Amino acid sequence: MPIHEKSLIRPENLHEHESLVIDGIDVSGHWSTFIESRVVADYNEELEEEISALPGGEHIHRCWQCGSCTNSCTVNALNPEFNPRYWIYLIRMGMESELLRDKDIIWQCVSCNKCTYACPRDVFPEGVMKATSHWLEKKGHTPKSPSMHFDEIFTEQIVATGKIEESRTMRRFFQRTNQKLMQGWLIEMVKKMIGGLPVGLLARMGLATVIAPRTSNWSAASAAIQDYIDEKHDEQRRALKLQADK
Amino acid sequence: MTKKDKYQKVAYYPGCALEGTGHSYNRSTKAVGKKLGLDLVEVKNWNCCGAMEVKNIDPKIQTYLSSRVMSVAANEMDMDVVMAPCNGCYHNLKKAEYDLKNDEDSVAVVDKLSKKAGHKTYESGQVETIHALDWIKETIGEDGLRERVKNSLQGIKIANYYGCMYTRPRHIFPEKDQGPGSESTSKPHFMDDLLAAAGAENVEFPLKTACCGGAHTLSDSDTSTKLVLNILKAAKLAGAEVIATECPTCHSGLEMHQIRAAEVFGEKVEIKILYFTQLLGLALGLKPRKVGVHENVSDSMGFLKEKGLA
Repeated sequence: MPIHEKSLIRPENLHEHESLVIDGIDVSGHWSTFIESRVVADYNEELEEEISALPGGEHIHRCWQCGSCTNSCTVNALNPEFNPRYWIYLIRMGMESELLRDKDIIWQCVSCNKCTYACPRDVFPEGVMKATSHWLEKKGHTPKSPSMHFDEIFTEQIVATGKIEESRTMRRFFQRTNQKLMQGWLIEMVKKMIGGLPVGLLARMGLATVIAPRTSNWSAASAAIQDYIDEKHDEQRRALKLQADK
Repeated sequence: MTKKDKYQKVAYYPGCALEGTGHSYNRSTKAVGKKLGLDLVEVKNWNCCGAMEVKNIDPKIQTYLSSRVMSVAANEMDMDVVMAPCNGCYHNLKKAEYDLKNDEDSVAVVDKLSKKAGHKTYESGQVETIHALDWIKETIGEDGLRERVKNSLQGIKIANYYGCMYTRPRHIFPEKDQGPGSESTSKPHFMDDLLAAAGAENVEFPLKTACCGGAHTLSDSDTSTKLVLNILKAAKLAGAEVIATECPTCHSGLEMHQIRAAEVFGEKVEIKILYFTQLLGLALGLKPRKVGVHENVSDSMGFLKEKGLA
């Protein structure tokens, strides 16, 4: 399959003139389209190093730009702007301002790992996508993505109880991202679910929302995990030269 | 010891989803195991494997969480096989196994956390993690199933949907792609094999390992709905009446976004969604309630009655 990527020249850099004469030569119209010259001077030489310091980004230096990741990408098939190969290129070149143009979609990687499967260099592009979206958030270029909120709520619940209770995770997610809980399609789904369920299971599920299922003797593991998360968090902020927070 | 003998009695790791939205998968897996005379011993006091979320906070925490489950099975229960029907759990345990075999840092972190948590550190190789598909395929196999089928699935056209986590990334599944008899990561066939033995007609389905967008089912719902729509439509076009699933995240994703696609995009795709264990159970003569058909969000009862399975 050929690799389809978008044109490298952005529409705003293409200029057509209705009537223009230069040195006596008519250069009007489509056949004389001009491309605005572009100078990149704001390289961020630390960009690759910073992203390598975040989990998942460790192997970005192995990339040789074959494009297998973009070619196999699930999200790219829905949105051609979603281009892992290009972002890896920009990061390695240090072209931060170019990367920031796509800052609002990088988090949309669905972690299907098709890129990791296809990559001949073991770059683990899926991990690079996660590291890049974390970098964007940590540096304050983007607000926390809905996906990051979800990951945090999920992890908090595991640290607290050792297990996940799905409806609780869902409620907290809608709450934290300021969305209403009773979305139309969700109501439809709940109606269909309740329709066929036996009373016993409904009661058990209802109970699970009040008393979350938990792993017993979890407190030592919980504390150990939380310590490790905090330790890593501080380490990463140092690698990104950010002030210690809290 | 052959796999056939080794998998007769396994440590069963249902995972969080099978106690919630995927309860019908839990019920049908246990019912099928019982019917086939296989022994499931639930992992004592298990914890979440980290699903698809914890690795985004820190991958080594996920490795630790999965290693604790394997440690309990090996050190507290003296088991050498862990069976996980959920693709997410199966994937994470496999990944932890790979990391603990190949990455010193992971070993050090898991050791540190296990000691602090007060249990024995899991060492790679102590247990073998298998999927529910491996379990039935290796112990009973196609021939065994053919002998035991009471209600053949004959005349039912099925698209087998395996999802992402069962085959990708390749390196965490060293036993796959090993020639005849082994599972393929590009064209998986274990579910096809089992359902064909139960009499079903499998359709040529190109999206077997496509992604349902499960990781962003709530955080980027439109993307998930579009991905699920692709899967539903492709299965329909391939001539399938049923999509057979083997993962609670895929299954509930398909069910949920089938409804959402109709509600939000006005695209209604009529196709039944059932766990492969539900289909196998019905073929083995179990009643629909025994395999939790009533616990699915989508309603398949009318269809199953029509086909003489209910």
